[in-house]
Amino acid sequence: MNLIELRDIRKTFYLGEVVLPVLKGITLNIAKGERVALTGVSGSGKSTLMNTLGCLDRPTAGEYLLDGEDVTRLSNNARAMMRNQKMGFVFQNFNLLARTTALAQVMLPLLYGRQHISLKEAKQRATTMLDRLGLADRMDHHPSQLSGGQQQRVALARALINNPPLLLADEPTGNLDSNTTREVLALFKQLNDQDGITILIVTHDPHVAAVCKRVIRMADGLIETDEIQTEGLT
Amino acid sequence: MKVLRILLASLTALRRNVMRSALTTLGIVIGVGAVIAMMEIGNGSSAEIQKSISSMGANTLMIFPGAAASAGVSFGAGSTMSLTPGDSDAILNECPSVRASAPVVRARSAPVIFSNKNWVPNEIIGTTSDYLAIRAWTVGEGAEFEDSDVRKASRVCLIGQSIVRELFPGQSAVGQEVRLQNVSLRVVGVLAKKGASMMGRDQDDTLIAPWTTIKFRVSGATTANVAATAPAAGTSTATPRGQLYPGSARGLYPSRSAVQTKNSPMPVRMITVDQIVVSAISAAETKDATDEITSLLRERHHIAAGDVEDFNIRDMAEISKVLSSTTEMMTKLLLVVAMISLIVGGVGIMNIMLVSVTERTKEIGLRMAVGARAADILRQFLTESVMLCLAGGAMGIGLGRGTSYLVTKILHWPTLPSLGAIIASVVVSASVGIIFGYYPAWKASRLDPIEALRYE
Repeated sequence: MNLIELRDIRKTFYLGEVVLPVLKGITLNIAKGERVALTGVSGSGKSTLMNTLGCLDRPTAGEYLLDGEDVTRLSNNARAMMRNQKMGFVFQNFNLLARTTALAQVMLPLLYGRQHISLKEAKQRATTMLDRLGLADRMDHHPSQLSGGQQQRVALARALINNPPLLLADEPTGNLDSNTTREVLALFKQLNDQDGITILIVTHDPHVAAVCKRVIRMADGLIETDEIQTEGLT
Repeated sequence: MKVLRILLASLTALRRNVMRSALTTLGIVIGVGAVIAMMEIGNGSSAEIQKSISSMGANTLMIFPGAAASAGVSFGAGSTMSLTPGDSDAILNECPSVRASAPVVRARSAPVIFSNKNWVPNEIIGTTSDYLAIRAWTVGEGAEFEDSDVRKASRVCLIGQSIVRELFPGQSAVGQEVRLQNVSLRVVGVLAKKGASMMGRDQDDTLIAPWTTIKFRVSGATTANVAATAPAAGTSTATPRGQLYPGSARGLYPSRSAVQTKNSPMPVRMITVDQIVVSAISAAETKDATDEITSLLRERHHIAAGDVEDFNIRDMAEISKVLSSTTEMMTKLLLVVAMISLIVGGVGIMNIMLVSVTERTKEIGLRMAVGARAADILRQFLTESVMLCLAGGAMGIGLGRGTSYLVTKILHWPTLPSLGAIIASVVVSASVGIIFGYYPAWKASRLDPIEALRYE
C-alpha cells in the first residue's frame, strides 16, 4: 500500500508580474517502508516538493494523498494535526530550541497532540525515546552542550516521539562530519529496517543517497530519474 | 492543549530569557507601582485637604430665626425670635447626623474696659462651650468656661487675641476682670489665633461668654436686636420679648406707656436665642442634618404642613463646593497619571514582545512544523505577555505600597491604602498584557512555517 501518492502536483509562485512555475506536474508513489533519497541541483524544486510532502505548503494544483487522505483539501488546523501525527521532520541545522533541555525538546510534539497526555507520561515517553537513541545521559543538556551528532539525534527523537509512519529529512547530514554522518545514517537505516518507518531524505551527498534503495533525481521541476538501486547498498 | 500545559510552556519560554523578561516587566512594575503609590499618596492628601477644608466649616449649619412681617411689610431674616435654647438641646439629642449644637446670643457692640483702656470688639457672643468645638477653635491659654457657668450665668468670658493685644499689652489676660456694659467678667481663657474669616473680618476680635450671662446680665435691658420685631414699631417702644405668636402684628398685651414699662418690667415668658450653630458629623452629612433639623423644628414650633417655617437653615455651600471640586480634581489628576504610566508600560511590553517574536521566528516555525496550530501560537504568546504583566502587576503592588510607606515614614506625608487601586491595577495590568500582547502574538501566529524555519 502506498503511503504517499502524488498526482500531477504543480506549484507556481507569483512574484508580482513574474510567474514562476517550480513544480511542473509530479506524479509519484512511495510505498510504506521505503527508504528514498531525493536529489537534484539547487532550484530543481526538491525543497518545494519536500514542503508540499510535509504539509507545510499547499500545491497550486494536483492531488496529494497521505495515508489515503487528500491533504490538499484539509484546513490549516487539520494539516497541523497531520504534521503532528503522521510525520516527523529532521532538518539540516537541527532546529532545536535554544536553552531548552533535550527532554523538553523531545516532549514538544506531545504538547500539540490531539489526545491529552499527562506530563508524567509525556516525560516517560520522551525518556524512552532518548534512551533508544543513546542519549540517556544527555537528558538535561541544552543544545549548546551537545555535539552535532547528538543534536541531530535529539532532533530525530523529537521527530519520532509520536510514532509517525513518515520521516522527512532535509539534508540531515549537511552539518555533520563524516563519522557522525555514518552514525546518523546507520540510525536511519535501523529505523527503516526494524521499525518500518518510511524515510525520505533530501540530499546532495552521494554517500547518503547510496544508503537508500530508491533514488529520485529532480531537475527543473520534474522527476528526471527514479531508480531502484540493487547494488552497492552500504 | 490544556491550560496548565500552556502556562508551563510560557513559563519555560520566559525562563529561557530571564533578563529580557525582567526588563520587560520593569515597565509594568513601575507603571503599576506609580499608580498605587500615587493613589495612596493622593488619597491621603485628598483626605487631609478635605479635613482642613472641613475645619473651615464645611460641616457647619447655621439656624436663624425667620422673618417677621407686619401689615405686609417684611422685616427680613432674623427679625422674629423663634429659636430657644431648648431647640438647640433637642437638635443635639434627636438628630443623629448632628455632632454638636450650640445656641448663640449676640450683644450689641459695646466697649470692653480694662483698667484705663477700652476696646470695642467686633463680636460679642454668648454661647455654650460646644461653640468652640463647632468652630474648630481652641483655647490657647487658660480654659473654656463650663456648662455650669452657662447654668449659673457666671460672669466669665473668653477673649480673642486682638482684644488681648489691645487691652493687655505685655501681660497675661487670664484671671483679669474686664467690664462690659458695667458687668464685670473674669477672663478664664484666651482663644487661639484664628485670623481673618473668608470675608476679611478679624475673627480674633471676639469676646465669648456664656449665653445666659450675655442675655440676662449684659444685654438684659438693651435687647436692641429685637426692637425691629415690635408690633407697630413706629407707635410703640414696648419690648415684645414674650410675644407668643411671632410674626403676628398684634401683641399679647396692650401697649403700655414708657412709664408703665419702667415701673413694671414684663416677665420673660420665653427665652430666645439669636442663632443656633450646629455641626454635622461630616461635610457629606450636612444635607441629612438639614432635613432632620427642619422636621424637628417644624414639630417643636407647631408649624402646620404647608405653612412657612419661622427659621432658616444655612450651610456653607461655598466651602462645600470648594471641597467637592478639590476632591474631583485630585481624582482626575490621579487617573491621568495612572493612564500615562500604564500606557508607557504597555508599549514597553509590546516592543519587547515584537522583538521576541522576531527573535523566535525559527522557534515558531519549528513549533508549527511539529503540529502547533496558529491558535496555539497565539495563545502561547498572549499567555506570555499576560504572565509578564501580572507578574509586573504583583511586583508593582509591592513597589507602590513600599513607596507610599517610605513617603509616610520619611516625608511624613499622609497616605491612605486603597484596595480599589490594587484591584484596579491587577485588572488593568492583565488587560494591558492582552491588549499590547495581542498584536505581537497575532503576528507570530500568522508566520508562514516555511519562511519561519528558513529564517536566520
